[in-house]
Amino acid sequence: MSQTAVKTTQRTPKPSAGARFDTALGWSPRFGPNMALRIVLCALVFCIFALPFVAIISGAFDRNSSPTDISLLPKTFTLQNFEAARQQGLWGYLLNSLVVAGGGLLLQMTVSVFAAYSLSRKKFRGQALVLLLVLMTMMLPEEIIGIPLSLVLGDLPLLGISLRGTVLAVILPVGIWGFSIFIMSEFMKDIPAEIEEAARLDGVGEFRMLFAIILPLCKPALGVIGIFGFMMVWDQYLLPLIAANDPSDYTLTVALAVLRNDTTVGPGVLLAGALMAMIPSLLVYLFLQRSMIRGITSGATKG
Amino acid sequence: MTTTPTRPASLPAPARRNGPAPQSKVRRNAKQALAIWLFLVPAAVLGLYFKFIPMAEGIRLSFFKVQPFLGDVFVGFDNYLSVLTDARFMEALGHTVVLGATQTLGALVVGFVLALLLEGQARSLWILRTTIFLPVVTALAVVGEIWRILYFPTADGPLNSILGWVGLGPLQFLNGTDTALWSIAVVGIWSGAPYNMVIILAGLTGVDRSLYESAGVDGATIWQRLRYITLPALRPSLVIVLTLAAIRSLRSFTEVYVLTGGGPAGSTEVWMTRMYSLGFQRNDIGVASAAAVLLLVVTLLLTVGTQLLAKRKAAR
Repeated sequence: MSQTAVKTTQRTPKPSAGARFDTALGWSPRFGPNMALRIVLCALVFCIFALPFVAIISGAFDRNSSPTDISLLPKTFTLQNFEAARQQGLWGYLLNSLVVAGGGLLLQMTVSVFAAYSLSRKKFRGQALVLLLVLMTMMLPEEIIGIPLSLVLGDLPLLGISLRGTVLAVILPVGIWGFSIFIMSEFMKDIPAEIEEAARLDGVGEFRMLFAIILPLCKPALGVIGIFGFMMVWDQYLLPLIAANDPSDYTLTVALAVLRNDTTVGPGVLLAGALMAMIPSLLVYLFLQRSMIRGITSGATKG
Repeated sequence: MTTTPTRPASLPAPARRNGPAPQSKVRRNAKQALAIWLFLVPAAVLGLYFKFIPMAEGIRLSFFKVQPFLGDVFVGFDNYLSVLTDARFMEALGHTVVLGATQTLGALVVGFVLALLLEGQARSLWILRTTIFLPVVTALAVVGEIWRILYFPTADGPLNSILGWVGLGPLQFLNGTDTALWSIAVVGIWSGAPYNMVIILAGLTGVDRSLYESAGVDGATIWQRLRYITLPALRPSLVIVLTLAAIRSLRSFTEVYVLTGGGPAGSTEVWMTRMYSLGFQRNDIGVASAAAVLLLVVTLLLTVGTQLLAKRKAAR
């Protein structure tokens, strides 16, 4: 349903029943004043949404980058900003971020797939309650439980260990994400029972059922929870802040404020850091763009 | 349909009632029941430790005067009273609502305009759509840093230079008590509008083209076409998404924290930043927990209310 809707946005050629009825505003496909207006507006939109990024990249490579003298190409090209950022611990922050994002995402996807398999392919007593609890976790983001969560991270109940200052303090809390469990189980629900029955007759056990039969059919959903999960983890701000013992534990996004406050080298260092923090999300987005669109639109239809 | 093999696992009782089942089948059912719960264990453990225990702890702390070395003292609803009578919290509440409403509505309008402008199958449009989606995928902290630079408050700051070309400004943006909250709202709109654009574009493809055509035949203006054909078709998919976004905006933290930290002079203090500074900087954990519980209750009620309304509408 939603998947096909997305595809039509992008590809399917319409039977040309008068092209001016193809879009809500009736843009003309022929060159003329109408199209000229559209090009001008598109250029404006491009400037507003994309040029700030160009300026950031340019500033990151500019010797004298300054907010009062911003340009779209570096005036004097240099890597000195990155060198200065390295002295500020840029690579350490980036490493923290990558470990947290990789580990957190892997954990989150595994947990979601397991939970979704039970919730969607099985019927059991207490299922409604479990679903309700999963829904509840969506009501409890880090912002709302931040203060007690920081206490729990400092002294895990029953276990009595402190996670603070370790990457686990960020990885474990992001491991449970109701959104991802729901997307996954909605998708698994639609896999026909016959496939499972046939495999069951062949004596396939639960783990092989999940990994060899069900999961390969869930690739689109895995893409969706992959990119949304990555963005969710990469975007964490409060959690790394409260999970840190000292600033060297920060992830890159949180550490940008540290780089910003370094007055000795100017804003070029901050921009170098911002660029490093952008690149991973940019790459993930480019690779999983379709999953992103699919996720947004399916969320829109389901509400 | 034949019974699925998953069924007996969940209902061991009927199997027994139907007479003695083969031994192997019983064992397989037990194994399956075990598997169901085993698969749920990771989610349960993480949810317990990092969602529900903190929640319970937060609720408990909200009734105590928390003192690290002297021991906690039960104070009933005093913390809640302090929150509700605290002028700065009430001011923060006002800012939160204004910011949330402006951002949500602004992102809707801009998203709608973007979708109308960029609707179509041409490759160039697709590339442009992909490009302007960048603000959505960029981490909020990075977006905040970018805009701190764009908003540089001197006359030769990036945005002020542009305003200067058309004879406006210079504005103080994040540094002015009158402009700071609106400046944050603009950042929220900038990073939220392309997301809405994607939702609206998907909705636009669902509009029946023949309606446009017959409207054209009837001599309807573009405005009438939008008003009577396009908007009604989009409404169902948009209402819920937007309500949920508005509710989510009640707990916006990162962008405010990065852009202004609540300043200047508390003019952008929102519920979350006030709570954060009370809890972590002033160590007033009891009052901060009460504020968190209030936020939780409000978002819970609003979300459940929205979903119920949506369900009832769908049922009708």
